[in-house]
Amino acid sequence: MRKILLSLIIVVIAITFLGRLSYLQIFSFSAEQVLEDPAIKAIYDYPERGYIYDRNGHLLVGNDPAYDVMVIPREVKPLDTLEFCGLLGIDKEKFIEKLKKARVYSPRLPSVLVPQLSKQDYAKLQEKMRKYKGFYIQKRSLRYYDTPSAANVLGYISEVNEGDLAVNKYYVQGELKGRTGVERYYEDLLRGRKGVQYIQKDRFNRDIGPYKNGALDTLPEQGKQISITIDKTLQEYGELLMNGKRGGIVAIEPATGEILSMISGPTYDPALLVGRERSKNYTKLYNDTIANPTWDRSIHAQQPPGSPFKTLNALIALQEGVLDENTTIQCYHGFYVGKKKRGCHCGGGLRNLNKGISQSCNAYFAGAFRKIYEKFETTDEGMDVWEKHMRSFGLGDYLGYDLPFGQKGRIPSKEYYDKWYGDNRWSSSYIISNSIGQGEILATPVQLANMTAAIANRGHYFTPHILKKIEGKDITEPKFTEAKHTTIDPKHFEPVVQGMADVYVSGTARWLQIPGIEVAGKTGTAENFTKIDGVRTQLTDHSVFVAFAPVDDPKIAIAVYIENGYFGSRYAGHIATLMIEKYLKGEITLKTLEKRMLEKTLEAEYAKPYSGEEFKINERVW
Amino acid sequence: MRNPTVGKSLKLTSVSGRSILKRIDWLSVFIYFALVFIGWINIYSSTFIDEQSSIFDIGTRYGKQLFFIGVSLVSIVIILALEVNFYERFSSIFYLLSMVSLLGLFVFGKTIAGATSWYDLGFFNLQPSELAKVATALALAKYLSDIQTDIKRRKDQFYALLIILVPAILIIPQPDPGSALVFFAMIFVIFREGLPLYYLVILLSLILIFVITLMFGTVWLIIGLALMIILLFTLKRKSLKIPVIPLSLISAAIILFSLSVNFVFNNVFEQRHRDRFGLWLRLEKDPKKLEQIRKSIGYNTYQSEKAIESGGFFGKGFLEGTRTKGDFVPEQDTDYIFSTVGEEWGFIGTATVIILFTVLFLRLISLAERQKNAFARMYGYGVISILLIHYFINIGMVIGILPTIGIPLPFFSYGGSGLLFFTILLFIFLRLDTNRLKESF
Repeated sequence: MRKILLSLIIVVIAITFLGRLSYLQIFSFSAEQVLEDPAIKAIYDYPERGYIYDRNGHLLVGNDPAYDVMVIPREVKPLDTLEFCGLLGIDKEKFIEKLKKARVYSPRLPSVLVPQLSKQDYAKLQEKMRKYKGFYIQKRSLRYYDTPSAANVLGYISEVNEGDLAVNKYYVQGELKGRTGVERYYEDLLRGRKGVQYIQKDRFNRDIGPYKNGALDTLPEQGKQISITIDKTLQEYGELLMNGKRGGIVAIEPATGEILSMISGPTYDPALLVGRERSKNYTKLYNDTIANPTWDRSIHAQQPPGSPFKTLNALIALQEGVLDENTTIQCYHGFYVGKKKRGCHCGGGLRNLNKGISQSCNAYFAGAFRKIYEKFETTDEGMDVWEKHMRSFGLGDYLGYDLPFGQKGRIPSKEYYDKWYGDNRWSSSYIISNSIGQGEILATPVQLANMTAAIANRGHYFTPHILKKIEGKDITEPKFTEAKHTTIDPKHFEPVVQGMADVYVSGTARWLQIPGIEVAGKTGTAENFTKIDGVRTQLTDHSVFVAFAPVDDPKIAIAVYIENGYFGSRYAGHIATLMIEKYLKGEITLKTLEKRMLEKTLEAEYAKPYSGEEFKINERVW
Repeated sequence: MRNPTVGKSLKLTSVSGRSILKRIDWLSVFIYFALVFIGWINIYSSTFIDEQSSIFDIGTRYGKQLFFIGVSLVSIVIILALEVNFYERFSSIFYLLSMVSLLGLFVFGKTIAGATSWYDLGFFNLQPSELAKVATALALAKYLSDIQTDIKRRKDQFYALLIILVPAILIIPQPDPGSALVFFAMIFVIFREGLPLYYLVILLSLILIFVITLMFGTVWLIIGLALMIILLFTLKRKSLKIPVIPLSLISAAIILFSLSVNFVFNNVFEQRHRDRFGLWLRLEKDPKKLEQIRKSIGYNTYQSEKAIESGGFFGKGFLEGTRTKGDFVPEQDTDYIFSTVGEEWGFIGTATVIILFTVLFLRLISLAERQKNAFARMYGYGVISILLIHYFINIGMVIGILPTIGIPLPFFSYGGSGLLFFTILLFIFLRLDTNRLKESF
């Protein structure tokens, strides 16, 4: 026993050691360790981020060199501080404080002393730089915006955060990544691929040569230059018109689905989110929760569409054969639901399809809506058919455009009302508001523009999109180049289009005519409510307008939604008309309208709910 | 190894005896050289810097180590050439001399890294504690093999323990607790020669109680103890009488010891010691804090574990160890040399080293057991105990299963005194073994 005990101990130790070593070296080992190895440092070579151009080849976003003054505290030799501070444009106290901070961070590693010098300061400094040991200038690339507009479409870039790092292994701390808009959606195209060089380091972080003689190193891949469908001139003009107004404008080229402009008001200059003032500006924008400039209303704001929606109900009624263009419905300056009267501003009388649209008659469409449901034995069936037609226009769901965010809008289904009222306990009278685009229907400006494009195309649309070209080549993605057909036969569109054209001739927007251009449009005035101190309060109606032109060969379809702008023909109608003229003619003849839009703001209107006092709504403004 | 000095001395051996070369245990000699060679290769790798030149360059660590390999070879020749009973006869004097040299450190010692453990001999630093290991092994063997010593007697047990304790006590205040610990391993020698088993049982129990107290606390220890006693009373045969008084005394002693462990741990130990144990026994439950400790107090172990792990099965290859090259593992050519093996040679390398050591130990045990002469046998056990504890603690620490205790890996770690005295320690035994067939010297 005594003799073998020691041998036993030796064998047990050997087994323990071999067990532990096989655990470490065989089971825990993973080939990816190269990247965690503190002895191997990856040095990245960043390609320039791709430029973004507009549809006509005008530059929207480029890059600008920026110069950071760097310091390696250990290598700093005594220097003429006063002169150096003069060159840097900072005072001595700040300089000393920054140097101290850098030393605390690491005496050996470079820190940024002064970020983002201007080109002028850089030029002055560069000549004298060699006098100052331990300091050097590092060139960086910043986004440069050649337009003060389209911040919502272009998006911005910022440093990757913990979440990004966990999701995508490509990024490392400190790298930039598209956050919103095109910068985010086409991040992979714009970014390119960084090159990498592995360097062997010692524990003092000093280079001691390339790792494996550079066998694993890669070259950078350039970022792609892209063109987007936005028309820079139109976009900038639209943002001018949006001055002091909240809402969204979306213009689409019906023949392609290309988004010509996408405007959200209020907006901000994209250059604010670049450079030294970035975080200050971002906080300011982000904290403005009332005007909400970072919230892209063109794709996020879900609002009741109002009267433009009548055009779709007309199409469905024609498709289902429950009326033709000669069918008339009596308007009693309104219509009755049971014993309750709902108002109408159209002037009353016997209305047909054309007058119903051009005069925006509520009674006519309530009647048409009832007829659609009466065709079927049960309300459920009617609801299903109605919903199917509506959805075929891209409403009630994400459209599939190439922007990272968006909202679905809402087209209610029978399940929706079953939940609300109970199974079989509702009928078309309960949901009669849907006939005039109020009720439970919600749509975003981009959905309204797309719907208008579908009408302009007489029955089909192309998924709205932002990307036009990659490196000069047109995109070929079938999702954007193949037409989506609505469930309405093309022949039913003509009477509706005629009604919309008459809106400009004899209807609700007759004073907005553009000389020489035939426009088809539809006004909308959407009631809306908010809660003030818990009390449901009505606010001034939203002003809505959809239009396309020219009627026979549509080049532009547009939807304008102006919050609390009152009648559709006012703010929204004005802006839509001006945009169409600007796009088709390149100049404005409707000077009065333009002047009004550039000058009038709705700030006073928006201040009302926050004033704490009683206020009037739907006031006459001009 | 074309060191000119070595060549000259080899001629010297041929005079004193062919028979020694015939009878020496070549397996042990072969493993010794294999370990020294592998060790040097790894010292070369962990101290290699591209621009440096010859392997004989005495200015480099590997050059210096190569020089000491030469010196060790000379010492082997001398050891084999000397009369075999020289060691037994002079063992008491060696022991006395080495104790004096340990005492002398208090006056003439040179301090390196906070420990006064060296004599400055100009061209190199001599560590007398290394000498003391050899001398103590010899002295213990001598005392135990004395015809008048009976290890069953308390008095003789006491003296035998005293031989081990004196150098340990002299070394602790240097401070070098690691080296002091090594001497306790020689209890194995006394044990092999008949020290009652309960000494060992008590020692192991104390270690167990220490660990349990730290991991679970005294309260759980008491609960566990109570459960065991209850179990004992319920499961015992009716005829069996349990000695109640000794049992309660033992229980009381255990609880008292556990409480004193708490006291010592919290009041006598320094924070760094507490952290080392905390890391070893995984006392810190918060993973973030644990990571913190691993990267500060456990930095060495963390880096060495990572280096070994990164080697994988086949290793990164000679001079390809990135963490070794980058100098990430502190003390890599001395106490942490095994991590270089792990990184550059992988599991194949580490397993080879473990197997070499294991075979060497088992071989030395069989050599010791075949000695007819009691002194040779006991010295053999002394050698095994000393080498084994170094190997166990060092590799255990490097691979992260034992707390950090800084002692070198025999034949591997950089260091002149270390290599020389481990060589002397081993070859004195191999020299004694060549004489095994003779009853007495």
